[in-house]
Amino acid sequence: MTLKQVVDNVAAMPASKKAVVDIKDLSLTFQTADGPVYALSEVDLTIEEGDFVSFIGPSGCGKTTLLRVIADLEKATGGEISINGVSPEAAREARAYGYVFQAPALLPWRSIERNVTLPLEIMDLSKEERIKRAHDALKLVELNGFEKKFPWQLSGGMQQRASIARALSFDADLLLMDEPFGALDEIVRDHLNEQLLKLWARTNKTVAFVTHSIPEAVYLSSKIVVMSPRPGRIIDVIETKFPKDRTLDIRETPEFLEIAHRVREGLRAGHGHDE
Amino acid sequence: MSGHSGPVCVVLLALLVLWYVGAVFMNAPTQIDRYDRADQTWTTSQLIEDTLAQERPILPAPHQVVEEMYKSIFAIKITSKRSLVYHSWVTLSSTLLGFSIGTLLGIVLAVGIVHVMTLEKSLMPWVISSQTIPILAIAPMVIVVLGAIGIKGLVPKAIISTYLCFFPVTISMVKGLRSPQVIQLDLMRTYNASKWQTFWQLRLPSAMPYLFASLKVAIAISLVGAIIGELPTGAQAGLGARLLAGSYYGQTIQIWSALFTAAFLAAMMVVIVGWCERRVLVRMGVSA
Amino acid sequence: MTQVKLDKFCLVGAVAALLALIFPLAGIDGDTGKQVAFVGDIPGLASAMALCVIAGAAFTWIGVCTILHAGILLAVAVFGAWQAIDALYDYGVAGYASTGFWLFIISLWAFVWRAIDVIANYHSLETVKQQSANIIVPIAFGVWLLFVWEVVVSGFGVPQVLLPPPSMIGVRFVSSTDTMMADFYQTFVKAALSGYVMGCGSAFLVAIAVDRVPFLKRGLLPLGNMVSALPIIGVAPIMVMWFGFDWQSKAAVIVIMTFFPMLVNTVTGLNAAGKLEKDLMATYASGYWSTLFRLRLPAAMPFVFNALKINSTLALIGAIVAEFFGTPIVGMGFRISTEVGRMNIDMVWAEIALAALAGTAFYGAVAYVERKATSWHPSFRVRRH
Repeated sequence: MTLKQVVDNVAAMPASKKAVVDIKDLSLTFQTADGPVYALSEVDLTIEEGDFVSFIGPSGCGKTTLLRVIADLEKATGGEISINGVSPEAAREARAYGYVFQAPALLPWRSIERNVTLPLEIMDLSKEERIKRAHDALKLVELNGFEKKFPWQLSGGMQQRASIARALSFDADLLLMDEPFGALDEIVRDHLNEQLLKLWARTNKTVAFVTHSIPEAVYLSSKIVVMSPRPGRIIDVIETKFPKDRTLDIRETPEFLEIAHRVREGLRAGHGHDE
Repeated sequence: MSGHSGPVCVVLLALLVLWYVGAVFMNAPTQIDRYDRADQTWTTSQLIEDTLAQERPILPAPHQVVEEMYKSIFAIKITSKRSLVYHSWVTLSSTLLGFSIGTLLGIVLAVGIVHVMTLEKSLMPWVISSQTIPILAIAPMVIVVLGAIGIKGLVPKAIISTYLCFFPVTISMVKGLRSPQVIQLDLMRTYNASKWQTFWQLRLPSAMPYLFASLKVAIAISLVGAIIGELPTGAQAGLGARLLAGSYYGQTIQIWSALFTAAFLAAMMVVIVGWCERRVLVRMGVSA
Repeated sequence: MTQVKLDKFCLVGAVAALLALIFPLAGIDGDTGKQVAFVGDIPGLASAMALCVIAGAAFTWIGVCTILHAGILLAVAVFGAWQAIDALYDYGVAGYASTGFWLFIISLWAFVWRAIDVIANYHSLETVKQQSANIIVPIAFGVWLLFVWEVVVSGFGVPQVLLPPPSMIGVRFVSSTDTMMADFYQTFVKAALSGYVMGCGSAFLVAIAVDRVPFLKRGLLPLGNMVSALPIIGVAPIMVMWFGFDWQSKAAVIVIMTFFPMLVNTVTGLNAAGKLEKDLMATYASGYWSTLFRLRLPAAMPFVFNALKINSTLALIGAIVAEFFGTPIVGMGFRISTEVGRMNIDMVWAEIALAALAGTAFYGAVAYVERKATSWHPSFRVRRH
């Protein structure tokens, strides 16, 4: 292999896969009355375009904090982070990502449609455009027909789907999801996982997904980031090779079980010293 | 930066400054008028000094009010008709009497409403809608009518206070006695507890926070009732009478000092109720 | 043998009505030395008493089981009440009522209570039926209380300066509509409403301003909470001195009274939006005003309406009490204090009834707007029995 070929290869790879989130040596320390809490420490991570990255770890491992740093809801105290090549703040102001919270956080005084159009209103889109996009987003989460309903008239799962529609409505390429299905029962959760995968396959969005369920992480992801607490840090990054159009059946395959095993091992290793 | 006392002090200080400035500006016209009539030349500093020392100012300066309060609270014998302690005691005694009866009545009514379905459905709507009625309007009538049949002094005022404070107590107690959750009530059922046992062991303790919240409202409103109750009796005794007499004779300093004494009494009583609340809640194991 | 469960209330009603037929209806007139009236002379009352005996006895055996039974019982009681009023005023029993009459009233009381009891415990899955039952109960109870007031006051011949019967208050209310309209206009429309709007409006704006300065917020909130416990109404004489006798001084009192509840509630409400929702707005890079109008103000609405409701009562109280300290010769507070002096107690009661009506209607209007504006709030949608 000539030098030129190597250079070409190196140059070709990032061209096909652009880094959406680039984190280097990131740390975040909270100052509390009981002394500093090291929420994140020495985190290095690259999320590439089209990735579905899951963050998994016990509570207190900083996975949600990391997502909040990416979203500029929390400021890092050390290291570097860039979203689409710019700072998180600039990315937030450019509305570069859609965020889905643990709870639906729908505004109770707005109908489902008006909840989905909320970000579009803030971005000053025209009314026709807002309604068209809300309609499309609701269709993606199979909630068309519920536009005029109010949040309390929908089940928990439907509310969470509406909140995903809201995150999709302004068509950001990056989707940040913080345990979006954590409060739902297993059956609803499986269903929403399937829908999310379909959505991901269809739209080629980049997804960062926080969870504490190993099967969920393995089933959904193209990359699993295993984290450990005190201080919050990454202890393993596992790539999966499942196709994008995977179904629930893959959960019975040996590959699936092998990856799940590796995640579990990683979690145990990170936990070992204090339990 | 997280405490409340600092900001509260600053705001109070700002109010005090504002008051002084207001006193100077509001009293200046009459003072200038007085200078003109006396053909007196005046300087700004003299004007300020004089506006803060008028005998019947439109807005008395804080130090004048404090001085008057000091004089009428500490300097005069408390049996004197000019002592604010005497007037405060007159108002306070009917407030406390009305408050005690009203609270008792309110609790009894609430217990009845919670336990008897019919009472709840027939009486509760009236109790709630009576909250929207300006009840204080009946005060003069109660005083005069009871006075006409020979009941005077403490009792009529206490009746007004009673009337005012039993509604909030009833409403919160009904809410409080209903506050135990279904699983807690179910637990009592599994023990086959009687209605009385459920009441003493579960309902009453859960109602305590609600009771104290309403007691703070009730004691404050009870004082207002007593003060208003003193208006139609022709200004004999009590803080309300002081207010009325002050407004008859244009004694603004007297009005303000009576007002501040009343405010102080109200604040003290609310603080005392709050202190009792903390004591009770701590004994019940609820960290305050 | 089946055990027969007797209906105690109906039994009391029947026995009392039976005794009412036996005991003397009215006392002895001091001048003539004769009894004022006999049951036998009043066919309407006698038939009502007989009906009560029969109905009471019947329901004692069969029990009051259905709404129809309760309705019949209530109808019997209404007929009885009508005849009792008739006997009081047309047959001169008023002021002389005796054992027989009061026994009859007790009988009616037993029937009404039993009927209300049955209707109150009525459960229906049909909302319309359930709601009408829920409305009938308090109304029947209220009407019954008015009846007892009327009967007791006229039956015992209570002097009118002490407590006039409701019928007299009603007559006075209708006959002096003009005066009362003028009073209402002066006190409610001019003083209370303008003070209410100014007080609530300025407090709302100040709250939004204060909210931007955390230091002020921390200083003002505890003070505002404390102020609501103070007898602010005492500033009335001062305001009368400053702003004169007319409605302006009353409006000023109301502005001061309504200011702090609104301030405290709005500031609290502006901080009521959840953390998640605030984060959500942050992810949209939503500016201060956008977040204020889209999230924080709507979230504050339940608190704002709470203050509006509290203040609706305070406004009327403030207007009426401030008039006790000096007023032109019109106004509800003025009327109450002068008519009390003249011992026209029926006029005072008519004014109080007007104040009650105005207060309830005002509160009801605010509550209605609240229901329309914050229909999303859980307190309005959880309506299950």
